[in-house]
This record gives sequence, structure tokens and C-alpha cells, in this order.
Amino acid sequence: MAKMTLEQLRKLREEKKRDIERRETEGKEIRIIVGMGTCGIAAGARVAFDAILAAVERHGIGASVVLAQTGCMGLCHVEPTVEVLVPGMPDTIYGKVDAAIATKIVDRHVVARALVNEHIYDRPAADIIRN
Amino acid sequence: MAYRQYMLVCGGTGCESGKSDEIYKRLIAEADAQGVKDAVQIVKTGCFGFCEKGPIVKVLPEESFYVEVKPDDAKEIIAEQAVKGREVKRLLYDKSTRKSNNKIDDIEFYQKQFRIVLRNCGVINPENIEEYIARDGYAALEKALFQMKGEDVIAELKTAGLRGRGGAGFPTWLKWDLTRKAPGDVKYIICNADEGDPGAYMDRSTIEGDPHSVLEAMALAGYAIGSNKGYVYIRAEYPLAIDRLKIAIAQAKEYGLLGDDILGSGFSFDVEIRLGAGAFVCGEETALMRSLEGNRGMPVPKPPFPAISGLWKKPTVINNVETLANIPVIITKGGAWFAKIGTEKSTGTKVFALTGKVNNSGLVEVPMGTTLREIIFDIGGGIRGGKKFKGVQTGGPSGGIIVEKDLDAPISYESLAALGSMMGSGGMIVMDEDDCVVDVSKFYMEFCVDESCGKCAPCRIGTNQMHDILDRITKGKGEEADLARLERIGKAMTKASLCMLGGSAANPTLSTIRHFREEYLAHIRDKKCLTGKCKDLVTYSIDPSKCIGCTLCAKKCPVPCIAGERKQAHVIDASRCVKCGECYAVCKFGAVVKN
Repeated sequence: MAKMTLEQLRKLREEKKRDIERRETEGKEIRIIVGMGTCGIAAGARVAFDAILAAVERHGIGASVVLAQTGCMGLCHVEPTVEVLVPGMPDTIYGKVDAAIATKIVDRHVVARALVNEHIYDRPAADIIRN
Repeated sequence: MAYRQYMLVCGGTGCESGKSDEIYKRLIAEADAQGVKDAVQIVKTGCFGFCEKGPIVKVLPEESFYVEVKPDDAKEIIAEQAVKGREVKRLLYDKSTRKSNNKIDDIEFYQKQFRIVLRNCGVINPENIEEYIARDGYAALEKALFQMKGEDVIAELKTAGLRGRGGAGFPTWLKWDLTRKAPGDVKYIICNADEGDPGAYMDRSTIEGDPHSVLEAMALAGYAIGSNKGYVYIRAEYPLAIDRLKIAIAQAKEYGLLGDDILGSGFSFDVEIRLGAGAFVCGEETALMRSLEGNRGMPVPKPPFPAISGLWKKPTVINNVETLANIPVIITKGGAWFAKIGTEKSTGTKVFALTGKVNNSGLVEVPMGTTLREIIFDIGGGIRGGKKFKGVQTGGPSGGIIVEKDLDAPISYESLAALGSMMGSGGMIVMDEDDCVVDVSKFYMEFCVDESCGKCAPCRIGTNQMHDILDRITKGKGEEADLARLERIGKAMTKASLCMLGGSAANPTLSTIRHFREEYLAHIRDKKCLTGKCKDLVTYSIDPSKCIGCTLCAKKCPVPCIAGERKQAHVIDASRCVKCGECYAVCKFGAVVKN
């Protein structure tokens, strides 16, 4: 890297900010959780995860979205599963999510705030330990 | 493809000594072997502050907080979390609670903390300038160079009310303003990283975790006062911090954030590292500058103050690491934002190295005005082993002991001084009922005897005299007049010493005499040390009515000087006893008696 100008510094900061934002969780209200148990991965959860990541990047909403992976949710028959928690919207689990559906979930559910009805599988089980 | 998971491995000195570097390398090797190296980024970062439970690995964005990780755990962490998305439950901080309770925000240790100085520690890779830049790094320098004049930077610090974190609490803006106004075309900026208090490691961890914050602040200082040259004076016994600082300086120069014509602004600033040999007195600013010049590190009388005649007799700003690390945030967020944190006269936060007999020792950053009770009992998790709290030493060998009744005082420069201690650089050593105050005072005085540079008589002679008296008391040879002698010598040293080393060396002794006079008198009159720390005053014996002859004490005795048949009462040969206390500690029947 040669010496930077002011513009280059600003550009670098913006670029890197997006990278590092993904690490942070504070102040982020939207959570997208992908089931990455053996069953999920076998069914293509990695592809779905990458598609979601790409869509989040494309919309530039990395600062408000936590994209996390979790173990098996117990819905092995509809893997890959994706749980989406957006404030003001019902908590939703989508089933059999491929790359195209994953992209749709971000475009419609997260950005346009409309459920992707045709792929909803369930809503998350009530957390009996916490409640 | 972007990473989908991040594993932050603590690279602070504490965790490194727990093999965190090996953990880091093994994680990388495992990620490669298990085919997820493009999915998970493994980052070595600065101190998380939770040193008690190190080495620490944090996984984001899942926020899994793993403690006491071993190199052999790397395989499982990658296999479970990176490949399958499952947490490794056995390594989580608190295994008894549910997963959601292991989020970093839920750990009590972090709940009361507010991180400005340590904002990047445990978040970024300190060896990568781009990660610092991403977290608004060098934004303050950019703002200053293109939107502010030197006076504006100083005015912002004045609004912020930032005071020196090295201990004395001198207003930082005033230091800068005096240096700016001092006549002379060559001026210097010095970062004092000669942290020397026993038990203090705030500055080391700040440099290890976020070296650029210090460099950026030094460049800001240079711009504000009209200086083009800065030195970091750091002790040679901080090798990791020095390495990271070297990398940071090289990167900043490469990116054009240090060196000539920074960002095309016309302002040039260069930083060099100077290593100190580890003398406590070199933390004193005038001694530090003599050492930096290549002379023997000894203080000189003030005035003239460094602002007028400092390094090579040129006007010099000298600030401590923690003070500097606050400054970029003050410039980006504004002095008014900073002034809202803390108390009226002591704004902002303070970093403390919490050590001693607490459950969670570690690095803690809290807003000024937090009480000592909150730090020790909420953040620190209380006293180890359920013992009784006795006192806390703030300010290391220059501070005093603070006792139970004063624990609810909100922390500020003024309140600690009013309690007969001082803020100091931020070491905080907690003592419990097993610690003897005379013994502790003797320890600190011994430190001061060793570290006194010998230039002025009050310190050179006074520390030795006080040490001899304290030593005599711990050996049962003290007399009641000794207390008055200690107080008299202490007062003379406080008034007449050339620098604060001598000027504050009596503090631990004077404050313990004030709070624990009875304990001193027990040593002097009754020749007794109730805690058993003063070995010459303790005798161990075995109560034959309680001893069942289990032989455990005899087996543990290192001399050995305990005799007795199995199932018969044992006897200690007091003439050969070395008073290690091992028999007392192991006896399950309370048969060993300590007098």
C-alpha cells in the first residue's frame, strides 16, 4: 500500500467497516439464524448461508443484521432451515431454503418487511426456559 | 467470499503465557484441515480483560465466550462450531446456564463496564491497521487535519475535561496549551509507557490490543502543539507490546498516516520507540526524559516544567498511554459527549488492573464515579474463597489502603485523595483477612528502597529507615514509639522529596497505620501477627485432644519436624519449624493451632 490520500483513507474505511460490522452484534435488531447441523449442511445450508450473506451485502444492511449459524433445530425433514427474527414481524422459520429462496427471504422479509408465505414452515418454539 | 464466522483469540500477555498463540495456530491449521478456512476468519486480538479465565476465545456473531481454552480444544471448536454450528458447551464461561446467558453482555464481569480506552481491545487484530481504520481509526486525525486548527483540538480536550491517567490528574488540555504557547520551533511529544506499579498492566494491554489509538493521539498532539516528532518510552520487559507497536508504526508510515505530509495535509509527524530498562523512577516524567536522552534516569527539580523545558530542553508534552488512548474518541465524538461520562470533576472512564484476592482478576474499564464496591464485588465477583474483605490498595506503592467503610465512595481523583490514597495509574490490589498490613507495607517499602534513584536524601534515607523499622516490627522487635517515628519520617519524605516516588512512598505505611493501628500494636506489644504472615511471630503447635493421628501434617511437612505414631497425637518440633503453615492448612480436624 502506497501512502494514502484523504479520499483513499475514507474509501478504505467504508470498505473495511462492512467487514468488521459483521463481527459486531450490539445494536443489531435483525437476526437471521441458519441451521447448520449435519442434516442442514447435507441439505445445502452452506449454499443458503452464502446466498443470505451476499444478499445482505448487496442491500448494504450489514450494520443491522446478525447472521449467525446454529446447530440442528430439530426440523431435519425440511432442512435447510432459516429462522428470521425481525422486530415488529412474527418470528418465522423457513424450510427447504435453497439459494433462490434465501435471496428472496432477505429481499422480501428483511428489506420489504413482507413474509415469504409460500416457504414458511413454522414459527419458533416458545422458549419455555426463558419465559 | 466473505467470512461467515469470526474467532477472536486473545493475544494479550496473560493469555499468550497460557499458550494462546498455539491455540491461534492450531485453529488456523484445523480450519484448513477441515475445509472451512474460507468460512471462518481467525483473528488474534488484544486483551479481553477477563484474564482470570484465560486463554479466551470468542466466536462471533454467535457470541460464544470460551474460557480456559487449551491448544487441544482447537480441533473440537472448529469441528463443532465452524463446521456444524454447535457451541462447545464444556468451554463456555458458565456451563450451568443456558446458551443465551453466555453472551458476553450477560457476563457480570462486563455488565458495569464502559469501554473507551479499551474500545478495540478484544475486537480488532492489533497487527492490522485496516481493522483499526474500520473502527473509525484515524478519523480523529483526519478531522483535526482538515477541519480543525491546533487551538480547536485543545479546546475540545478542555470541554472534555480529560485529566492525566498516569495518576496525578493534571488537565491534559492545559499541558498541551502551555506547550503550544511555549516559545521554540522544535517541540516533542512523549508517550509514557513506563508502567511500573506492581500489579498494574493497563497500559501494556492497551498497547498490545490497540497500538494505533496511541499513535493517532500522538499525531493529534503533534498537530495541536506544533511538533513533528514523538517518542514512545516503553519498558523493555514488555516485548509483546513493543512488537505490536513496531508493526503499528511501520503500517502507519506505509499508509501515510505517519511520516511526511500526512494525507496531503502538509503536516508531518514521526514516532520512534525508546526502550527503558525497567526502573520505576523512569515513570516520573523528568527522569524519563533524562533516560530518553541517554543519561541516567534521575528526576530534576520542577519548575521548569516539561512544557517549557523538557526533552533536550525543548518544550515537551508527556502523556501516559491511557490518557492518549482516550483522545481520538474525544475528537471524533466531541468533548461534550466525553464530559457527560463520569463525575463533574473527573470525566470519562478509568481502566483498572484488578488483582489480588478477588474471584475475577482482570482488566476493567468503568466510568468515573463507579464505587469500589461495584468494582470489587460486582465486576470482580467478590473475595476469593468466601474470605472477608480487608482492604484494597489503589495506586500501588504510591497509594494507600482503602477499607470496608469507604468502599461506597464514588471513584474520582478527589475522592481517592480524600481517603488518603490516590488514583495512581490504576493498579488495584485486593487484600483479604489473611493479609497482614504490616507485611504488605513492608513489601511496598522494600520496592521503594530498591527503586529509589538515590538522588535526594529524603527518599534515599527515608525509605531505608522506614523499611528497617517495619522489618523490626514484623520480627517482634518493634516498640510503640516506632509508630510515631514512621509517621514523622513519612511526613518528611512526603514534603521534601524531589519527585513523587519519594513523595508518595510513605503512603501505604501511613494509611495502614491510620486504619489498622491495633494490628501494628499487636505486633509490637503482644508480638503477635494474627494472620500468620509475619513468620517470626507465629508458632504452630498441635492440640493433642483434637489430633487423631492421621499423619497428613507429617507427610506434608517439608522439614520434616512433625513426629508421631499413626493414630497417636503428633508433635511439632518448634525449634526446627520453618513456619510454612502447611500443617495448619491441611489439618481437617482443627488440631494444628496457630499462635
